[in-house]
Amino acid sequence: MTFSEKYKDEIADILSRYPVRRSALIPLLYVAQRDQGYVTESAMQEIAHLLRLTPPQVYETITFYTMFNLKPVGKFHIQVCKSLMCALVGSDTVIEWIKVKLGIAPGESTADGLFSLTAVECLAACGTGPMMQINEDYYEQLTEDKLDRILAELRSTGTSQLKSGPFMWPEPAKKG
Amino acid sequence: MPQHELILLKNMMQPGYTGSLSDYEKSGGYQALRNTLGKIAPADVTTIVRKSGLRGRGGAGFPTGVKWGFLPKDYHGPRYLCCNADESEPGTFKDRQLMERDPHQMLEGIVLACYAIGAESAYIYIRGEMVLGSKILEQAIDEARASGYIGKNILGTGINADVWVHRGAGAYICGEETALLESLEGKRGLPRIKPPFPATHGLYNKPTVVNNVETLANLPHIMSRGPEWFAAIGSPPKSTGTRVFCVSGHVKRPGNYEVPMGMTVRELVYEYAGGMRSDKPIKAFIPGGASAPFLTPAHLDVKLDFEHVAAAGSMLGSGGVTVMEEGTSMVWAALRLMEFFYHESCGKCSPCREGSAWLVQTMRRILAKRGRMEDLETLLDLCKNIAGRTVCAFGDAEVAPIQSTLKHWRQEYVDLINEAEAANLIRPEPVGRG
Repeated sequence: MTFSEKYKDEIADILSRYPVRRSALIPLLYVAQRDQGYVTESAMQEIAHLLRLTPPQVYETITFYTMFNLKPVGKFHIQVCKSLMCALVGSDTVIEWIKVKLGIAPGESTADGLFSLTAVECLAACGTGPMMQINEDYYEQLTEDKLDRILAELRSTGTSQLKSGPFMWPEPAKKG
Repeated sequence: MPQHELILLKNMMQPGYTGSLSDYEKSGGYQALRNTLGKIAPADVTTIVRKSGLRGRGGAGFPTGVKWGFLPKDYHGPRYLCCNADESEPGTFKDRQLMERDPHQMLEGIVLACYAIGAESAYIYIRGEMVLGSKILEQAIDEARASGYIGKNILGTGINADVWVHRGAGAYICGEETALLESLEGKRGLPRIKPPFPATHGLYNKPTVVNNVETLANLPHIMSRGPEWFAAIGSPPKSTGTRVFCVSGHVKRPGNYEVPMGMTVRELVYEYAGGMRSDKPIKAFIPGGASAPFLTPAHLDVKLDFEHVAAAGSMLGSGGVTVMEEGTSMVWAALRLMEFFYHESCGKCSPCREGSAWLVQTMRRILAKRGRMEDLETLLDLCKNIAGRTVCAFGDAEVAPIQSTLKHWRQEYVDLINEAEAANLIRPEPVGRG
């Protein structure tokens, strides 16, 4: 089944939000990335066709944005913030821990294809650093113990209870 | 902790508050919308917001009501509102909290703004990484639509305003309003040359207003309690209301603190954020996100409002206050921020695209103790030739860390270079390949 057949309803819903078709480009690329873990060339061509764009117009756009993968990445894509605010509270140490624990440096993936590591710029969680994002979830106020638990839970269950919920920090003081 | 009234964070600080529509309604939510739509003329809403003195909370601090007033009055085609939720200024994490904990507060603000400017469509451009935030917003929009606060014929008034969430995809520059519009149109996020301004030629070349999350979240309160109430808070006449300051770095209790504008950094750090982590003195701080020049302990009693921070040589910016303790290398800190700007330069203007690479390389060389004394002049020369020579304000922002650290802590640069020279480690290389 082609991309446009498989996601017919979702594509129609996305297109309905914009008066100009091209605006749907980034949302549709997200759908394609969700499907395969990265955006394939054939998906880009289909999206170009759907939006009445040329394939280069899709390609020039997708290559501007860091969140789109043009190649397969590990099942769990670990992105550790390395910007100043996290660096002040120890993000370089977090990267070192991961290097040792998983045996991969930023830009690499584990041989089993489970984990990829990237050092990224600010993810807007500066008050709760050091922090990282794994796939769609944030993990904040990292310690070595916490990191161990996150990696173990991801390996065994595919998700982790330690991911952040709706953000608020500091939390309101308890009464009494 | 000193007590003062919370405005934006008030609901979410209540125990058990979930941010659902019913919780928000119980707190008095959407009353401002009921009392405004169809009852106060849109032009009068703009006047009220102008009188309140509300200024943009995204970084530039432009008066919101004045911005709205720039929209053409005699244009009858579509107009758009874009909510800038691309929060990506390093040091800033307030919009994330406002969106994830009390989404209806900003949605009510969005509908009020749509009504004031005559927009029937609003897009919330949220940074791509905030997946949870976008889901929470989409759910809140569905709830609000089902209850008639968003969509067609809102509350039976005949007024339409629909709201959609549009996720970015990882590009700092898309927080710049014209880059945001390009990105929303499905293109590379390259800033546009201004003029024309978005007020006349914005999204799809139509009149458009771009407002930050925190700015919009203030609107229901201004409409409910009146512009005079708001204008009396903070540091009137030019910096009214509260700010949600995001405190990060070497403090005991980092986090978001909503305080009236005009509070000093000393109060914010020692009375709210619990003081310094290891009780070392403060060495440096950034008052308004990565784009704001570094300040020194001599500036700890500067009032955090637009005018006073600007007079001290920095800017209030996005409200991201990052504090560094004694012992932090300022060359290292400036390089970390410079690496951010180098990574995020969109590449449109050559001074920024090429200059940021040169700055990073020169800084790395100095920090690696391979620098030369003339590198300091090279740095300043590069900064001078980037700032003010680019399409957007990114060029001014990226030179701030280096210019300000060279101004206040030049000796640290000199010491590193002297060490290099003493150790005879210099391997002269042309700048740009260091």
